[in-house]
Amino acid sequence: MASLKIWLIRLRPIIAALLGLSLGIGITALAGESPAHVVAVLVKSALGSPYDLGMTLFYTTPLVFTGLSVAMAFQCGLFNIGAEGQLAMGALWAAVLGIVMPGLPGFVAPVFAVLACILGGAAWGAIPGWLRAKRGSHEVINTIMMNFVSAGVCSYVTLYVFRNTEGQNPETLPIAAAYQLSQFSSFGGAPVSWALILAVLVWAGCIVFLRKTRLGFQLMSVGENESAAEASGISSPKMRILAMAIAGGLAGLVGVGEVLGNAHKFKMGFSADFGFIGIAVALLARGRPEGVLPSAFLFGALHKGTADLDFETTHVTRELALILQALVILSVSADGLWDWMNRIGVKKRTGKAAS
Amino acid sequence: MHLKKFGFLGRVASFLVLALWTSLASAGGLNGVGLKVGMVLDKGGKDDKSFNASAYSGANRAKDELKIQYKYVEATDDNAFEPLLRSFAQKDFDLIIGVGFAQAEAMAKVSKAFPNKLFAIVDSDVKGANVRSLMFEEHEGSFLMGAVAALKSKSGKIGFIGGMAIPLIKRFEMGFEAGVKHVNPKATVTSNFVGVTADSWNNPPKAKELALGQFNNGVDVIFQAAGASGSGVFDAAEEKKKFAIGVDSNQNWMKPGVILTSMMKRVDISVYETIKEVAAARNAEGKLPADFNKTFAGLKRFGLKNSGVDYALDSHNQKEMSADVKKKIDDLKGQITSGKIKVPDFYTAKAGKK
Amino acid sequence: MFAIQVQGLTKAFGDCVANDQVTFSVKKGSIHGIVGENGAGKSTAMKLLYGLYKPDSGSIVMDGKPRQWRTPADAISAGIGMVHQHFMLSETETVLDNLILGVEKTAALGKINRKQIEKDLMALSQKYRMPLNLSARISEIPVGLQQRVEILKMLYRGAEFMILDEPTAVLTPQEIEELFRNLLELKKEGKTILIITHKLREVMAITDRVTVFRAGKVEGDLETKDTSVQDLADRMVGRRVHLTIGGDHPEDSKLGHTPRSGGGSLRPALEIKGLGLLRPGESKPRLDSIHLTVSPKEIVGIAGVEGNGQSELIQAIFHPNNPRHRSSGQISILGQDIQAFDTQAIKELGVGWIPEDRHKEGLLLQKSLRENFLLGQTRREQFCKNGWIRWNSVDASLKQGMEDFDVRPRNIHALAGGLSGGNQQKLIIARELDRRPNFLVVAQPTRGVDVGAIEFIHRRLVGLREEGAGILLISSELDEILALSDRILVMYSGKIVAEFARGEVDAMKLGVKMGGGHG
Repeated sequence: MASLKIWLIRLRPIIAALLGLSLGIGITALAGESPAHVVAVLVKSALGSPYDLGMTLFYTTPLVFTGLSVAMAFQCGLFNIGAEGQLAMGALWAAVLGIVMPGLPGFVAPVFAVLACILGGAAWGAIPGWLRAKRGSHEVINTIMMNFVSAGVCSYVTLYVFRNTEGQNPETLPIAAAYQLSQFSSFGGAPVSWALILAVLVWAGCIVFLRKTRLGFQLMSVGENESAAEASGISSPKMRILAMAIAGGLAGLVGVGEVLGNAHKFKMGFSADFGFIGIAVALLARGRPEGVLPSAFLFGALHKGTADLDFETTHVTRELALILQALVILSVSADGLWDWMNRIGVKKRTGKAAS
Repeated sequence: MHLKKFGFLGRVASFLVLALWTSLASAGGLNGVGLKVGMVLDKGGKDDKSFNASAYSGANRAKDELKIQYKYVEATDDNAFEPLLRSFAQKDFDLIIGVGFAQAEAMAKVSKAFPNKLFAIVDSDVKGANVRSLMFEEHEGSFLMGAVAALKSKSGKIGFIGGMAIPLIKRFEMGFEAGVKHVNPKATVTSNFVGVTADSWNNPPKAKELALGQFNNGVDVIFQAAGASGSGVFDAAEEKKKFAIGVDSNQNWMKPGVILTSMMKRVDISVYETIKEVAAARNAEGKLPADFNKTFAGLKRFGLKNSGVDYALDSHNQKEMSADVKKKIDDLKGQITSGKIKVPDFYTAKAGKK
Repeated sequence: MFAIQVQGLTKAFGDCVANDQVTFSVKKGSIHGIVGENGAGKSTAMKLLYGLYKPDSGSIVMDGKPRQWRTPADAISAGIGMVHQHFMLSETETVLDNLILGVEKTAALGKINRKQIEKDLMALSQKYRMPLNLSARISEIPVGLQQRVEILKMLYRGAEFMILDEPTAVLTPQEIEELFRNLLELKKEGKTILIITHKLREVMAITDRVTVFRAGKVEGDLETKDTSVQDLADRMVGRRVHLTIGGDHPEDSKLGHTPRSGGGSLRPALEIKGLGLLRPGESKPRLDSIHLTVSPKEIVGIAGVEGNGQSELIQAIFHPNNPRHRSSGQISILGQDIQAFDTQAIKELGVGWIPEDRHKEGLLLQKSLRENFLLGQTRREQFCKNGWIRWNSVDASLKQGMEDFDVRPRNIHALAGGLSGGNQQKLIIARELDRRPNFLVVAQPTRGVDVGAIEFIHRRLVGLREEGAGILLISSELDEILALSDRILVMYSGKIVAEFARGEVDAMKLGVKMGGGHG
């Protein structure tokens, strides 16, 4: 009975996701669509063909990065709502590099551009980290604010500095060919590039970082118990800044798939709220990087699947598809938040018992 | 969907157009049955009261009148265009219409991959042997709006509020300013943009704030090209008892007495006409002539000349658009269509020039 | 003849059964003790009695009638009063105002009749021989008198049945004696008193009957005269406990004591000169020109009522570069001036720290024992090389430490939060001693630790001293200070007000100094 309970607790986010999905499908049923058909469409359009699977993986890639971004900040006790702004900055830096330095040889150019993504995001993430560590202003508010500033900076650079005068889209000039990542041919034209492989490697790197390195351990200690970490000699302000820089850098890597692997330029508003869905990805992964990869794949599949519901059914409009997606995010987040609050509550209680 | 709100004149006009086309249709033995049209709307969706709504109504009309089969989808994000266009092409749809410049790239890619299908795109110029581009001369319509504003302004201070400083909106702004200066060279135009994110098209409070700021500085007419944010400008004008000008569809009815007129962009007509052309070209088996692509593909401009862009006149703004104002505007319209006045176009103007 | 009978009270929080079929009776006009380790369910039982919790099952019988409380107000009107461990007083108000606040006996139209209340209160305090200056501010009177205010408040509300939660925890020995005199007076007047405590000697001294809690259950309901400290301790822990410290004769300690020798030639482990802490906006310094030396192979004990600067002293030692923790003075450790050091650098000198609040400063409760063992040790090459953690080495040392310090369960993957208080403390000590510190700061080492583990911890501390380390011991348990220290310093109001050599002083004498008295 006890072990069953532990299993239930472990599986709770997955149960919550399934619950949200059933609720959503229930609502499409109310709209007059057969649930079996909806599920079939979801599965088929997420995984049905190499192209569909490719699109799912294409959406999964940025979600791995933003999910990791939120999870790594979470490990240091920080709530990063700024992944949306950080990913835009990472993508912008990579695009700018690809425009202003077209002469870089083909074998170093992508490496430099990846570094630009990391640095752009990291710099953007470190600012709220610094504000939190040194000024005590809360990162939730600062990261939200930084999202707006990021949008402003991106818009300025895009429209007034490197505007692509060819098209009407608010986007920059294209990056030089040396920077562009080739797309895998096995996905029927879906823009799956090396960014996907990078995402998996970075995911593994995050896990190793937390489990095996001193810095990772110190970062996690601060997240677990700041006073105890301080007492053990760890500087929590330093760790907070580091954690937010890491979070920002991870989010910035979204630019690799988008700028280097897909659009080959910076397009304003290219992110389909990846930074915010990343929060749900991290919550489903219970705030740990380990679970981010499957969680991101689930959300990627859901994103691709629901996009086609509109197309494949008669009664499910885009709004209903969004509601379905939102219900999954909501139930996962509610579950994660509940757990989080519970944990704080437990701490308080154990604290009392000691006095 | 806005047809019913056009008022009396609008109704008469659309009736005439309709009657004309219906007669054409019967004359040519038009058979739309079996023609399958797919339409991918931009992120704004069919209820944006702007160009998506307009495209949607045009296609609906084709469905009612030409008996075509028709399905539309709304994109969730920029990366969704390509899979959606592809999905239509993979099925048995004959004509696939993309609405909005954001899908230009996806359209270019997918149209190349499916050379046997027909594609059309609204608001962008996509090259391709099987693609028709439907572009609107927003600057021409904006020029007329500038002229109306300059004629109605007492202070000589005129405002422009755009959604976002993107080329399309800059095109509105440039044409508008030229119209103002043409009527009153001494008048000044103040420009503001609602924002830098996608939210800019849907932020009436911010637009209202900007409008109030302009009115407080002496501006007495504002032209807005800000999507759904525009209603904020109308609210501000009503509050301050000043004037505003609507955009995209006929918005006169929203605040009669406040809204001088609206610059209409007839996406519906462009969509309807494109569908109709395809339907008309089909033979009894539903086959298109072998060289149809040649007549179909290419850039089709919709300006003042072919009523693709126009100003709105109905019962709601009869008082504001008095006979002499109307006469002057129609006169200017004639000069533009005859080529006597050349309206500056942001797209062809030198890059970087604001 | 029973004031209260508790019958089969059960209360569960989720899975955790805090009270399981708790049954005991309290005789009218008696002093009844409730003892048990932390988490044994004492507090839960009292909260049930006082109406703060509702029982899942079972009943409370008062004067022969079963009663149910919806809120504490019901309990109060039935004549139950409670003094919480942390007093519920407004610091800036006068004694009288605080009493009125608690009573709110109003005349017509809601007007408070101060005169009448004052007269009533004076009569009451005379009757029970608890003199009080009604016009003094709470912040100006000692803790012992603050407690008296709480008791008077209770009496004035008409309490016949009084619950006192750990009433002696914050008192000096003199104040404890005074309190006990008052309680006996109350008993004589027919009041019934329930005392919750973990100090077994006090239970033996004052109670008539005692109920022992263990793991949510009542483990014994005994006449005090039929039991002993040893018996109570055994019942609390559930096995035979070897009491060496905390018994009646600390000098009998088996730990023995060797006077330090040769310490003078070595550099002092800790040397503090003129340490002061005055925070901006505060009128009184929290630390006032503290001079203090700890030699190698010496335990220096700091006695004092909590809140007299002990915590600040520890923080100053470990955060000397932070003006919030040190505003003046010099600190050197093992001959090094540490003024500009951060915590990390100080610990690298070979300094151990057993913090006073192990949950707050000592442990990562949601992490496993191996992570907790590594905490603060990542600079040791043995555990961490070139930034990479050597978990094998960590686990090996942890396993050894768990053997040596008897940390249970012996599972390196168990969560620290799941361990009992004693085992958590033993884990911290194992960690801090693993690096063989030359200087150890240890605060409240046995607070909330089961009786069985106290002796063990004391033994280890003495063992470390024998190996040559200097130890600064801060504790509010006088027995602990007296048993372990080579020298005893008394802190009062941010100053060191007295120094004694071992054997020069007893609890009573220390108590006078702790209360700020002279002589």
